[in-house]
Amino acid sequence: MKLDNIYKEEKKSAIAKLSEIIITMASRPSGLIGLSILVFHIILAFISPYIAPHDFKAIDPTLMLQAPSAEYWFGTDDLGRDVFTRTILGGRTALTITFFGSLIALLWGGLLGIFCGLVGGKIDDVVMRIVDAFLSIPWILAMLLIVSLLGTSTEVLIPALGFFYGKGIVRVARAATHDVIAKDFIVSAKARGHSNFSIIWNEIIPNVRDAILVEGAMRWSWMLLGFSSLSFLGFGVSPPTPDWGLMISNARGLMSFAYWAVIAPIVGLSSLIIGINLTADAFAKALGIDRSTKAPV
Amino acid sequence: MLFLIIKRILLGFITLFIVSIITFVGTEILPGDACTTYLERQAFGEQLEACYRRLGLNVPAYERYVSWALNAIQGDFGYSLSGEMPIKEVLGPRIKNSLVLASAAIFIGIPIALILGIITALWRDKLPDVAISTVTIFAMTIPEFISATLLILIIAIWLEWLPGIVIVPTDVSFLELLPNIILPVVAIAMIMTAHMARMVRSSVIQVMASEYVQMAILKGVPYWKMVFKHVLPNALLPAINVVALTIAWLLGGVVVTEVVFNYPGLGRLVIESISNRDLPTVQALAIILASIYVSINLLADLLTLILNPRLKTLQIRK
Repeated sequence: MKLDNIYKEEKKSAIAKLSEIIITMASRPSGLIGLSILVFHIILAFISPYIAPHDFKAIDPTLMLQAPSAEYWFGTDDLGRDVFTRTILGGRTALTITFFGSLIALLWGGLLGIFCGLVGGKIDDVVMRIVDAFLSIPWILAMLLIVSLLGTSTEVLIPALGFFYGKGIVRVARAATHDVIAKDFIVSAKARGHSNFSIIWNEIIPNVRDAILVEGAMRWSWMLLGFSSLSFLGFGVSPPTPDWGLMISNARGLMSFAYWAVIAPIVGLSSLIIGINLTADAFAKALGIDRSTKAPV
Repeated sequence: MLFLIIKRILLGFITLFIVSIITFVGTEILPGDACTTYLERQAFGEQLEACYRRLGLNVPAYERYVSWALNAIQGDFGYSLSGEMPIKEVLGPRIKNSLVLASAAIFIGIPIALILGIITALWRDKLPDVAISTVTIFAMTIPEFISATLLILIIAIWLEWLPGIVIVPTDVSFLELLPNIILPVVAIAMIMTAHMARMVRSSVIQVMASEYVQMAILKGVPYWKMVFKHVLPNALLPAINVVALTIAWLLGGVVVTEVVFNYPGLGRLVIESISNRDLPTVQALAIILASIYVSINLLADLLTLILNPRLKTLQIRK
């Protein structure tokens, strides 16, 4: 990068930088599709309680398993509840929990990774061994155990998801720190006698932030996948809360004659996950980070 | 070289040792122990005492850990709480069934992934690449339970070609199992293939851009000879590690797929034992699944080390 480019970038405000990144993301077709799906889902999550045509928990035995009609756009489920209402409401819990979950994952995973990368030595060895050990336990087993013993409240799910999806970020943040650690500005900051905290805050974080943010965006889509799998297995949000994973698992048994009740949540969940995925990919490309060779761990 | 291999193996064992501590401590510090969670409301007096004595929970935690770990190394995981059966006997057929599922998916998935990955890389940004890449993005981002549910809906319910769920006893012979496992295998192979195909693609693209390939092109080496002689051997080597990680990652996904198809493998046992609060079985499962993960990774590391002459010197310099 040329020097004057660097200067220009420094002068820009955060908002200007962000809008530039978003414009770059939207300039590719896949990025544009991803962004629009994500924005659509976020807006829907905010306004759906006000536009929902029916009560999501109103049970009516006379309306069981109705095919889609003018009154019930996506039909009704086995308890006579409106599938359209439940579908547009079904993403709210998942979006909220996984968004805050990934923030937690980003924070602790990123900071621990940077710290380990900076100090190295014995502490680094021990922490990385523990992270490796956690990585080798299948996430689903650990999550199921926690949820079945501590319950499925939001206060349990957010930290638990945040913890289990953060351990992979530790590795990424550590590797990114290793890339900058030998650079002159870090060596001179050390020579000036700056504390570890000051070096992390002023020198390392600005340089590894992009890599960690991209990783966090990707984790968000995996966490959403994990969370909906939990709901599907009956270990996520509890009924009658409308949730896509739960809806699919309930409607699955009856899908030979009421396929609409299973198709609607499937479309909702798949489109959201694909939207986040495409957005994260476009985000990575806009920041110039190649994560195509990364493994899904 | 030998030193490196031994070091890798030792690291694997250390990881497993930490896993065993984590699972043991984890099930220990969570509220309630195996007996109170299992007996629930009846957890007092005689019954609780008897349960403690039966499971040996009346000795200090570290002693229990040592005896549990020593037995686990020999393949003895104690008794399951709900079935009152040795966990070893519960696990045996389940492991076999899961292995059948996983290996079928791997044998179908790897060749297809290689072909798709190479095609998409060689015709990069052309029609074959755009078409295949779109499909692989869909296949790898959609949750396992959704693709499995859609497969059942389309193939089993609408087209009525194959049975939708597996209704067989746990210890069934392979031939009886075969028609039942086609759909689960397809569901698992689809995601795995999509992941691997994308990684093979980017690996091939990287090698295509390298200087020695450019040199080969300039020298006038025929295109396909260049692809098979210069590009593929170098591109597929880094893919080994990625394939291993993908397989290991799928251990979690197999749980969900097995539940959707009602398949009697390890994954369904995970759900069953957690629903029944059968902590000894959960501990055994955690160790076994972690061992599979660690050994797959170890195998991939060793394979890359042996196949790649450049890595040997690189590692020693480090």
